Amino acid sequence: MADGEEKTPRGYHDLGGLPAGPVDRSEHVLEPWEKRVDVLCGILVDRKRRLMTIDERRDAIEGLGEDAYNSMKYYELWMAAALKLVLDKGILTRDEIDGRVDEIRARLGLEAGP
Amino acid sequence: MSTNVDDHDHDHARTFVPDEEDSLGQYAIVEMAVRELLIEKGVFSADEFRQGLEVFDKAGPHLGARAVARAWTDPAYKESLLSDGSAAVKEFGVDMNLTELYVVENTPRVHNVIVCTLCSCYPKPLLGAPPDWYKSRNYRSRMVREPRAVLAEFGTTLPDGVEVRVHDSTATMRYMVLPMRPEGTADLTREQLEALVNRDAMIGVTVVPAP
Amino acid sequence: MTARFAVGDRVRVDDRTPPGHIRTPWYIRGKSGVVADMVGAFADPEDSARGGDGLPERPLYRVRFRQTVAWPDYAGDGRDTVDIEIFEHWLEPESG
Repeated sequence: MADGEEKTPRGYHDLGGLPAGPVDRSEHVLEPWEKRVDVLCGILVDRKRRLMTIDERRDAIEGLGEDAYNSMKYYELWMAAALKLVLDKGILTRDEIDGRVDEIRARLGLEAGP
Repeated sequence: MSTNVDDHDHDHARTFVPDEEDSLGQYAIVEMAVRELLIEKGVFSADEFRQGLEVFDKAGPHLGARAVARAWTDPAYKESLLSDGSAAVKEFGVDMNLTELYVVENTPRVHNVIVCTLCSCYPKPLLGAPPDWYKSRNYRSRMVREPRAVLAEFGTTLPDGVEVRVHDSTATMRYMVLPMRPEGTADLTREQLEALVNRDAMIGVTVVPAP
Repeated sequence: MTARFAVGDRVRVDDRTPPGHIRTPWYIRGKSGVVADMVGAFADPEDSARGGDGLPERPLYRVRFRQTVAWPDYAGDGRDTVDIEIFEHWLEPESG
């Protein structure tokens, strides 16, 4: 290693070769919200919009923290990363999103969110 | 709400109850919020989003199976599938978007299997969403280090002398395995061959069984 | 774009641990293999992940490693291999 180069620990997403148990082969059919997250994230990175890159989304997922990475659902990680980037890039504001979340919850008759 | 199916009030009310999922988590709501706001700002249209959902729903292992069956029956197509996978599946209307399709061929000497140890890269425009296990910690951790043990969990035991070649999908390529055509299929039509091919064989965790 | 390596060249993956978004898996850093294919040039994900444009595009190779090199205690057949996409700036000539 070159002098002065920062020694960075192995990322918690970088799994190749780690000890792990048998592969659980049970599957679930994607729920509608999971598809919507996938499609939205695809639009955000597509050639027409280029609002973010796939690399930024992955980097954002890797930055959510090990507990989040290991406890959140796959498409929750995607949406959390996309949300962070949408805010960081100034595409939408926190107030806009919070306001719309409350409005949607009211519209759907859901309890107030966390 | 009344459970009497003859109740006219019930039918009337039903018309105004939005059909939604039984439970929506916080991130499902956040997706709706972000989508609505971006549509209002003109970043994309509701129609473009609908088209995206349609493309998502149309993708699936049946598209990969078409490419495989065609490659088994058309040497020129097989050549193009192996040399430029993205172009070869475009014939079926598949757009690999920002990625490239890279097809690896199983032979009597080499068995290929796909994993993504860093995330969950998968040829979604062609094969649809990956199975849950493909995204799992256990598959991603172990396939690259003990492929034969993981293959055995899928019921796949390879003959002596066959090289197992794992492909760790780390960057721009998205991989599909071109399985070996099973014995006893010389008389089958392309459509019958398509029906034999399954998703797991195109990931490489199984082989295509003889009919 | 000029590619530094050709199919068949022996290469060694840098044993570096830089911060940021890295697409070279931990387990293969410092290991030697053979260039199996050169698949084009693409935006550098390390730059693209942190707001950069990823340019200049970097040549991307598929490098083949013996599993017994990747994992000295590998339990399977000695012929088994793993192919990994690795960007050029992570590769050095073996014995160079």
